[in-house]
Amino acid sequence: MAESAQIIRAEEIDPKFKYVVSKMHGAEKVTLCFQCGTCTAECPVSRFSDLYKPKRIARMVQLGLKDKILRDKHLWLCTTCYTCVDHCPQDVEIANVVRVLRNISIQYTESMPLVYRELAENLMKTGFVYVIPESRIKRREELGLPPLPKTNPGEILKIFELTGLSSLIKGSQTFERVE
Amino acid sequence: MVSGKPRYLIFLGCVIPYRLSSYEISARRVLSALGVELVEMPEYNCCGFPIDPVNHDTAVLLAARNLCRAEMEQLNILTLCNGCFSSLHKVNKMLREDKEERERINEYLKILDMEFRGTIEVKHLVHVLSEDVGFKKIKDSIKRPLSMLRVAQHPGCHIIRPKKVVGKDDPENPRLLKDLIGLTGAKCISYRGENECCGNPIIGVNEDIPFKMAKEKLDHIIAAGAEALITVCPFCHIMFDLNQPRIERIFNVSIGLPTLHYTQLLGLAMGFQPQELALDELRVKPTALLRKVFKENSSQKSS
Ligand code: SF4
Ligand code: SF4
Repeated sequence: MAESAQIIRAEEIDPKFKYVVSKMHGAEKVTLCFQCGTCTAECPVSRFSDLYKPKRIARMVQLGLKDKILRDKHLWLCTTCYTCVDHCPQDVEIANVVRVLRNISIQYTESMPLVYRELAENLMKTGFVYVIPESRIKRREELGLPPLPKTNPGEILKIFELTGLSSLIKGSQTFERVE
Repeated sequence: MVSGKPRYLIFLGCVIPYRLSSYEISARRVLSALGVELVEMPEYNCCGFPIDPVNHDTAVLLAARNLCRAEMEQLNILTLCNGCFSSLHKVNKMLREDKEERERINEYLKILDMEFRGTIEVKHLVHVLSEDVGFKKIKDSIKRPLSMLRVAQHPGCHIIRPKKVVGKDDPENPRLLKDLIGLTGAKCISYRGENECCGNPIIGVNEDIPFKMAKEKLDHIIAAGAEALITVCPFCHIMFDLNQPRIERIFNVSIGLPTLHYTQLLGLAMGFQPQELALDELRVKPTALLRKVFKENSSQKSS
């Protein structure tokens, strides 16, 4: 078996954690998971990774293993294919639970994958997640394409300030790869 | 809606203007020939999809801002990207159905002088083609039937799942793209795992797993005897076309499977020339495939 036995110590457990998670949009039903394993069995990522198992993530939330799950970088391996959402007999929407955990984990660990910080910074500056080079924008005319509409970076910045994401990305450490 | 010419705001997203003009060029060609009028979406921004893992509220607000912008124009949105469709459609649906969430988001939107009202629809290219243009009109537009080709579909995830959010196709046996391919005359063959993910969304944190996922898919497609793969999403397309040489290197195999945007396949069948559809911009050159198409069509004409 890929998952080796782990001893859980009482002080690792935060009994309130599952309620914190299930208050978040998309993760409301995490306590309903009855560990049938359908999600892991059908998850394409789990097929190629011994360390990413959605069923296990649901259980860790239920058990209150807050620190362990929020520091687990494998959270970043879900592709959001939503196969698990369609097939869960308890309608847990585990992909959305993973999204919620990623959101909380960034605040808790003050770190995120480098690629996401780059996307967020580009977005905050330009309105797009990639910096579209001037040459590309000019080439549109040659290709017979209409000009790319101008974005409104001022409004995007307002959104980032409203949600706190602008300061979150500034204060964040990054990591590059998740093996 | 008044009958007549369908009019849509075209939502290009980020990745298409950044690196995939072949999709935009071919889509504009076929849509215009089929009588769909495209209006440029003013001041749009990223759909929100890529930032959802970082901060859900930011993603929702980015999507909502786009939706409000479209409401001001009183036009429905057409996306070419599965990710853009997913984000905009999901937020549109959620804000329409969930009063509490709508009020909370509208409170935020006040800072932009905007209010979400829920007056427009979001559709992906495949929905506009099947619902607004209609199969009959597409069929009637075919001048060069591609009956000599055997191709495979890759619908991608976000136009089929989650079923309760999208609801327009059967995620276990997706038919929409397959039927649209069928209209071109090409045979759309079945293979194992047609509804599976390309792996691209996690490529920024781990390359090993997505390349294994894509390779597995390509293996199944080749085993079924397809001569080309057909996509309707820029992310999926990048995975199978741009990244195909890397997959070949990593696994030390030669694949050489041309991967076309559906709009390129349809455009060929409608009689456009390869360069009008930016087929020369593909990484995996469809040389043999085009030779086959043009040889058979000219021999059909001369016989
Ligand atoms: S499919 Fe649903 S109920 Fe079953 S283990 Fe996964 S989350 Fe839990
Ligand atoms: S959405 Fe994520 S967890 Fe669910 S099956 Fe897909 S990759 Fe696995």
